[in-house]
Amino acid sequence: MTLERTIGLVFLAFCLTYGYTAFFGMDHLLPPILSRAPVWPSTFPKILSVIGAIAAIFVILGSGPKSISPPKEGDIDYRNLTDYKLGQALLLVALMVAYALTLRPIGFLPATTIFIAGGAFILGERKYHWMVLTAVLASGFIWYLVQVLLGIFLSPWPRFLMG
Amino acid sequence: MLDGILLGLTTVLSLQNLLMVVAGCLIGTFIGMLPGLGPMSIIAIMIPIAIKIGDPPAALILLAGVYYGAIFGGSTSSILINAPGVASTVATSFDGYPLARQGKAGKALTVAAISSFAGGTIGAILLMGFAPALVSVALLFHSPEYFALMVVGLSAIAAFAGTGQVSKAVMMTLFGLMLATVGESAQFNAPRFTMGFMDLQSGLSFITLAMALFALPEALYLVLDPKRSNTSGAGSGEIKDLRITLEEAKEIAPVIARQSLQGFLVGVLPGAGATIASFLGYAVERNIAKGEDQAKFGKGSLKGLAAPESANNAACTGSFVPLLTLGIPGSGTTAILLGALIALNVQPGPRLMVENPEIFWSVIISMYIGNVVLLILNLPLIPYIAKILAVPRTYLIPFILFFTLMGAYIGQNNATELLILVGLGVLGTILRFADFPLPPLLIGFILGQMMEDNFSRSANIADGVSFLWERPMTLGMLLFAALLILLPGYRNRRARLRAKGVADGD
Repeated sequence: MTLERTIGLVFLAFCLTYGYTAFFGMDHLLPPILSRAPVWPSTFPKILSVIGAIAAIFVILGSGPKSISPPKEGDIDYRNLTDYKLGQALLLVALMVAYALTLRPIGFLPATTIFIAGGAFILGERKYHWMVLTAVLASGFIWYLVQVLLGIFLSPWPRFLMG
Repeated sequence: MLDGILLGLTTVLSLQNLLMVVAGCLIGTFIGMLPGLGPMSIIAIMIPIAIKIGDPPAALILLAGVYYGAIFGGSTSSILINAPGVASTVATSFDGYPLARQGKAGKALTVAAISSFAGGTIGAILLMGFAPALVSVALLFHSPEYFALMVVGLSAIAAFAGTGQVSKAVMMTLFGLMLATVGESAQFNAPRFTMGFMDLQSGLSFITLAMALFALPEALYLVLDPKRSNTSGAGSGEIKDLRITLEEAKEIAPVIARQSLQGFLVGVLPGAGATIASFLGYAVERNIAKGEDQAKFGKGSLKGLAAPESANNAACTGSFVPLLTLGIPGSGTTAILLGALIALNVQPGPRLMVENPEIFWSVIISMYIGNVVLLILNLPLIPYIAKILAVPRTYLIPFILFFTLMGAYIGQNNATELLILVGLGVLGTILRFADFPLPPLLIGFILGQMMEDNFSRSANIADGVSFLWERPMTLGMLLFAALLILLPGYRNRRARLRAKGVADGD
């Protein structure tokens, strides 16, 4: 099965779930007085789920084997993902998740330094002193920019140091 | 109109706003040169800063400057290293890169800068003429017509998606519309589809979605395929000889004039935009050119460089027409700008010119100024600009990812938003693998709320959905939208049947 069809199927499942919620899971929350209104909060989602399911079926049926075209120049051929730097990409995604989870607890400066240095390391940088220097300077500069110039609060240090 | 121009001039020509234009152009040019970061991603990254500025004209002027700078920056990397960062500059590399390899990089960049300038300026003049005329028509619109107009806009975006892509584009648009329903409904403030998460109560943030759909997949593509960010060879070879001769100027002048007009008209159509304009411009000029001239296309023709450059800039300006007059974005970039406008409490649409004339006119005037600033700033900077391409990708990519995360975090100050961003970003990358168009998703998301509001309002007034067929203009537009969606499929089918008939010997 092509990726296109798989995505179509997943979207169809999504529409069915979404539609089920819209048709059966929302209206009982409506205060009785509002049930006279011509449009309910669930009206628009109901319409969308039906049209969405139809569109998904079109995608599933419409993308037969003949529509598989060789990947365009400069595009990525997902059928041979392992030919690419898949490991690096996955590690970077994991690094981003780690950044999201640690940003609050350990503070902006340490988290950002680790993120930039870690990203460079994953991508193959091995000059450690440059890596750390760039990361420290960049996170300090950006913190200054955001906190002082733009006036947006960013907790710089780990929580236990900030009191 | 003269009043408007004067109003625009007085707004733009303050020291603060002039600095905004200069800063915007510089930032846009430098970031736009990085392979893979197109105007769309750069504007998405700049939006939190623009919102922080708070003053709508100043913020818009900054974003317009960034937009123009980014387009020019993208052409620079196409010409110098054959790495078109965005689709709309692919045609630029056809003749730009051969010129650079012949040692005429300076000349190529000059031609690109001048063509962009001319295309942008001619586009701005046309926009000034077009927009007020459209506004008088648009004032006839009420809620039902708005609803129908949005349906037409979304259908047009899907219909222009290209052969075999229409059903995918429709699906993406609907996905965007569905994502827009997450959070409290406009009517009765009932929470919808929040799955019990407090963080989803206020809905998904458009900045997060924009970053997740454009900046993140692009960065991941750069990681997956190192060839895309191959910057070796940059900085090698001195860039000299920026001047073009009088003869060369005469050669490209008619090309620029034709392509500025054509590009603008293509840009006005929703969904077409700069990419189609640049390819169309290149193709048309190659067909018009004769003999030797035609043979030079693809091997370093100045005409072949001037055509896509003026067309894509004029198209970018053209895409502001539906945005400013109807409030409907025709492209991914203008969709992001629309989001920024709404965040700044400005409602684009026919009333914009009446209620906030200073915003409307300052955007137009800032287009002129942005173009002039770009020309003055970039010509002398060209040799230095090329140096940024030498930043090693081991640092470039972590920084791109970091700015993407920061953009979403600053806007919401919420770490959950970052997890949503990464999740949607991975989803966006997978959708891109399968060649699903992503701009319709974002446009659907942005228009979704407005569409539902107008639908609910019309239904409340009419006490039912009879407005769909009782108002001639609404009905007409809805039928037109249906036609837009069905026509490409019907034509494909006929073409397929005919092909089959031939194969059967019938």
